[in-house]
Amino acid sequence: MKLPVNFMISGTELLARKKQSVIAMLGVMFGIAMFIFMISFMKGVNKFIEDMMLAAIPDIHIYNDIRTDYTHSVTEAWLHQDSSKIVVVHHPRPSKIRLNLKDPGRIIADLKTTPEVAVVSPLSSTQVFFNYGPVQLNGMLDGVDIYAEDRVFNLTEKMVSGHPEDLLTTDKGILLGQGLADKLNVVKGDLITLASPTGTVMRFRVAGTFSFGMSAIDNIKAYTTQAGVQQLLGKDRDYITDIRIRLHDLSQAKATAILLGRKYGYKSEDWETTNPSIKTGNMIRDTLTWVVSITLLTVAGFGIYNIMNMVITSKMKDIAILKAQGFSGRDILTIFLSQSLVIGILGAVFGLGLGYALSYGMSRVPFPQGEITSLKYFPVVFDTRYYLLGAAFGILTTFVAGVMPARKAGRVDPVAILRS
Amino acid sequence: MKTPILEAQHLDKFFPGPEPFQVLKDITLSIGKGEFITIIGKSGCGKSSLLYLLSTLDTNYKGSLSINGTRVTGLSESALSRFRNEHIGFVFQFHYLLPEFTVLQNIMIPALRLGRLSREAIEQRAMDILKQLDIDDIAAKPSGKLSGGQQQRVAIARALINNPGIIMADEPTGNLDSINTKIVFDIFHELSRQGNTILAVTHDRDFAARSDRIIEMMDGRIK
Repeated sequence: MKLPVNFMISGTELLARKKQSVIAMLGVMFGIAMFIFMISFMKGVNKFIEDMMLAAIPDIHIYNDIRTDYTHSVTEAWLHQDSSKIVVVHHPRPSKIRLNLKDPGRIIADLKTTPEVAVVSPLSSTQVFFNYGPVQLNGMLDGVDIYAEDRVFNLTEKMVSGHPEDLLTTDKGILLGQGLADKLNVVKGDLITLASPTGTVMRFRVAGTFSFGMSAIDNIKAYTTQAGVQQLLGKDRDYITDIRIRLHDLSQAKATAILLGRKYGYKSEDWETTNPSIKTGNMIRDTLTWVVSITLLTVAGFGIYNIMNMVITSKMKDIAILKAQGFSGRDILTIFLSQSLVIGILGAVFGLGLGYALSYGMSRVPFPQGEITSLKYFPVVFDTRYYLLGAAFGILTTFVAGVMPARKAGRVDPVAILRS
Repeated sequence: MKTPILEAQHLDKFFPGPEPFQVLKDITLSIGKGEFITIIGKSGCGKSSLLYLLSTLDTNYKGSLSINGTRVTGLSESALSRFRNEHIGFVFQFHYLLPEFTVLQNIMIPALRLGRLSREAIEQRAMDILKQLDIDDIAAKPSGKLSGGQQQRVAIARALINNPGIIMADEPTGNLDSINTKIVFDIFHELSRQGNTILAVTHDRDFAARSDRIIEMMDGRIK
């Protein structure tokens, strides 16, 4: 064994006080294990929530937003845009609201040639009342091209009964959210009555039920064909109110949405804007993870600092004689800092192991079954980057905690000790 | 006069405080190669202070000091460490062995630090010294499990490992009973006879009487 003498001394002393070394190491180990566990779990939760939300919202949603500026309707009609006059209109009453998109065929054709866009699903949407016997429920009816909609939301996987294509084979078919179907107490094959805001009443046959795993959707949403909604509202075949878009690259949503909004002159929202709670939730969970992890590692660092300080106080004589015999302050610093680092590196290695074991254990714990049926186990993400980060943090902490006592040891004045 | 191994000129040392106290006053001193010198004096006369200053452990003084032809005054802390490692062997009143290590390891550590010989050669040399001091049977024992006399003999062996130019001892028998005191005395005389340079602080006049030269100190001056 050919070890530099500093490391020989360091190692022998470390082994001579196994108990203290192990306790200091356990501190680092638990700190890093908890960091790994928490970040893997929190990232798992983030990913799960993001996936779930994204499964229910399109990457980009283009629609005709209700404008709150009605002044032009007054000025145009009465004043013929005379620029020499200043017109002030107080509290105008809305008139002539158009919810649909003008010339949707052109927009859809253009979208289909846009390279970022993967799927385009145009639809005509309206609020309706669902009636079945005495039960009367408010909800949303989307008239869609069911194949396009299936590609946007992967409806086939979300069907509880029936298939998306059943909408086309059933006369005036309708797909109901599972929550809505349960409240109405209807099953596949039943006839229900829908009433439009304008008062038109039509009967539809339930062709299937679906579940997004979110009650906000499952309790109010229903699908039918575009023609079904256009007929219910008494509109022509060009009546399209919304366009839902899936992109090839999710991260392009924000930029693309702005671009499309400017191009077509309609409201164009990306998924982040529609659901700011996803980002906020992610940020809060990330912050929490970092705060707790750093606290744990700091506590472990103080543990090392404490133990090394105690060791050095009890080793004053040894430090003095080593210095007398020709060990420089730098040698002494090396001896004690290397002890801290050995504790830190061992703690990091075992901590990563324990962290992985805890994360793996968590990923095998069954998730309580309830509203969210898609989740079988607690969500955990396994990512090598977090393990590298954990190891780096642990070793950095022990280094910082070890440097201060080691410097103190390096500065010991041997004369003061040896003379007494 | 033999070639000087240590030369000190006009050394002054003050202990700081509200009223600085001058513990060493204008000490000029020369030690020849192979000399066995003892420093005696009442407690508080500055004899230990002088030893620590001459041994380069204490650098807070005025004047100049040369050992083995090297001017050590003003050298950096790490340069002084290297210098002590190579040229000076220490024996203190207390043995200061490292308790976690065996006797053999304790003796080998300064030589390993010097790094001039291979580990095997160092071990061989350490064993030779132990044999010479008649304690080779305890080589493998942990240093904490020895009697006081044995510990002091191990400390002397450790001081010899790098074949230093000068051995400095501060009350080397101060903690020992009369039998062990005699053994340590005999070792020092034997080392001196073999040509080692020894500088020892003692309050034992019998010990001093058998040295080549006695330096008696009083109130920070050589008498």
